[in-house]
Amino acid sequence: MTQDKASARKAYWRANLGLMGVLLAIWFTVSFGFGIVLRPWLDLVSLGGAPLGFWFAQQGSILTFIGLIFYYAWAMNRLERRFADRLGPDDMTGHPDTTGRPDTTGREDAS
Amino acid sequence: MSVTLFWTAFFVIASFALYIGIAIASRVGSTDEFYVAGHHVPPIFNGMATAADWMSAASFLSMAGLIAFSGFDGSVFLMGWTGGYVLLALLLAPYLRRFGKFTVPDFIGDRYYSDTARVVAVICAIFISFTYIAGQMQGVGIAFSRFLEIPVETGVVIGGLVVLMYATLGGMKGITYTQVAQYCVMIFAFMTPAIFISLQLTGSPIPQLGFIGNVADGTPLLVKLDGMLTELGFAPYTDGSKSTFDVFAITLALMAGTAGLPHVIIRFFTVPKAADARKSAGWALLFIGILYLTAPAVAVFARTNFIETVNESVYDVDTTVLAEGESETPDWFHRWETTGLLGFEDRNGDGRIQYRADPEVNEVTTLNRDIFVLANPEIANLPGWVIGLVVAGGIAAALSTAAGLLLVISSSISHDLCRKVLFKSMTDRQELLIARLSATGAVLIAILAGIYPPGFVASVVALAFGLAAASFFPAILLGIFWQRMSKEGAIAGMVTGLLVTGAYILTYKIFGWIPNDAEHWILGVSPEGFGTIGMVISFIVSVTVSLLTPAPPPDVRELVERIRAP
Repeated sequence: MTQDKASARKAYWRANLGLMGVLLAIWFTVSFGFGIVLRPWLDLVSLGGAPLGFWFAQQGSILTFIGLIFYYAWAMNRLERRFADRLGPDDMTGHPDTTGRPDTTGREDAS
Repeated sequence: MSVTLFWTAFFVIASFALYIGIAIASRVGSTDEFYVAGHHVPPIFNGMATAADWMSAASFLSMAGLIAFSGFDGSVFLMGWTGGYVLLALLLAPYLRRFGKFTVPDFIGDRYYSDTARVVAVICAIFISFTYIAGQMQGVGIAFSRFLEIPVETGVVIGGLVVLMYATLGGMKGITYTQVAQYCVMIFAFMTPAIFISLQLTGSPIPQLGFIGNVADGTPLLVKLDGMLTELGFAPYTDGSKSTFDVFAITLALMAGTAGLPHVIIRFFTVPKAADARKSAGWALLFIGILYLTAPAVAVFARTNFIETVNESVYDVDTTVLAEGESETPDWFHRWETTGLLGFEDRNGDGRIQYRADPEVNEVTTLNRDIFVLANPEIANLPGWVIGLVVAGGIAAALSTAAGLLLVISSSISHDLCRKVLFKSMTDRQELLIARLSATGAVLIAILAGIYPPGFVASVVALAFGLAAASFFPAILLGIFWQRMSKEGAIAGMVTGLLVTGAYILTYKIFGWIPNDAEHWILGVSPEGFGTIGMVISFIVSVTVSLLTPAPPPDVRELVERIRAP
């Protein structure tokens, strides 16, 4: 592995960890924060007909979770495309999970 | 009732025919296809299949009723069982997919370069899966017996044979596409009555919004329910009774448990690549979210409807005169009374049902929370075919989960135990044969467990989550994110997590050595939430032991590098 590749891998991993940290902080805040620990205070405010803390515990956190995962999937695809040049094609196909397709071409699924 | 019976039989038979048709169309000939559907499942289908796999008979039939009677405390299930998918998508699924093999013990065994670790993982996987399967099969039997007037045993056997057919024929491939169909049956069955009840109560056709909407006179539904409950002596719906710390612990245990459950994890081995694993976790949670955002609404509707139509209603209009403004007890109440799941005793002899918090005055003597989803169509006066659809949905929920668990058991035995530990020279064909045989054996045991359910089934679900949170979750997470984690650390962590959590839950819930109440719990944490403590202990033990033992060999470092690389 060339020097550049090794440092590209490191940078990619660091960027991934940073993104993960931010998203997990949101995950923790909406569920354990808004839905549980801070609930008594949030409940003083209403969303529609529901106390806000109660709503976060029963619906708001779930909606946030869905958004977080889709954002992570999108952001990681972008990150991997950004590093695709520096990591080179052999690194992209060098592991067994590729089914003949390069891993980072960002095959846009029918989804 | 015969119209209902006809439609129930129609939907059940039609859905079974669909499942078997899919199985025949997707039969497989290689272990790759049998274990992971050849890694060919598109993310959106994998999301649907994961949703069906994950949502068990308990999610479909019991959860809404459970929340209806626990109010805010019910949030632990809603947040816990969905929040785990964030952990899965960010921390586990893409890396496990890049690892590129078949099972969870596979990863544990390779990452920790040890057959001992592999066998510990096999034991955990089989134990967790069996505890779950027994409950599913029981659910199938009950649904059959109550709605198709067939003995419970026959229902369990029919359900078991259907699963056997598509699991052994099509393996993961058959299970995946059957689960996609089952998800559609399930969600349609859950949403139809919910939409009608939401329209009746709040005027909103979207039950998820009806939840925070207003009733006809402009009062918010939740405010109205809180008011009615306080008047009858209950705690307000939007307040909880559990301690904040316990709610915290249970939620975290359910999240980590969800992320560590082997039948959920293996679903992410089936997509083409790591990026698809992330995307399909999003789809899975979206599809799960449709039901999980509706369940709290159904819970509020059910509790409100129950109080409005049952409380102070006249039980028997033949013997009691209906006064001005009074109404008759609804038919569904009488119908469920005959099942013994609902009971009324006229303590004050006034011919009317008084539903109160005070057990001295309360006349609703038995109230099984599981009846609400099944009774929903009747409560909303929906036509007979809707009831049939809901029954088919409940059976679909149970069978799809049972099939996923079955595959974990069969692949753990054939792949991890036989191929990787006992008979290393086995060919692919032999392994496939053993996979099919062990799936058959597991179905037969599951059928027996459904017919003679061990009494502790309900409590062992907590055990399954606690064990997954305290054993698999730390071992997999540290395996990916901490290269220094050694095999000794992993084995010590998994075993300690298992023992500590298992001992705590067994002590309180199964043997009852110590009374199961807040006063006697360690740190005030209930057995359901103790997986969190077990997980923390497992993390500490894993890290400490790893630092005291030799570092993993270079090829393991390379494995970790490889699964992290884009």
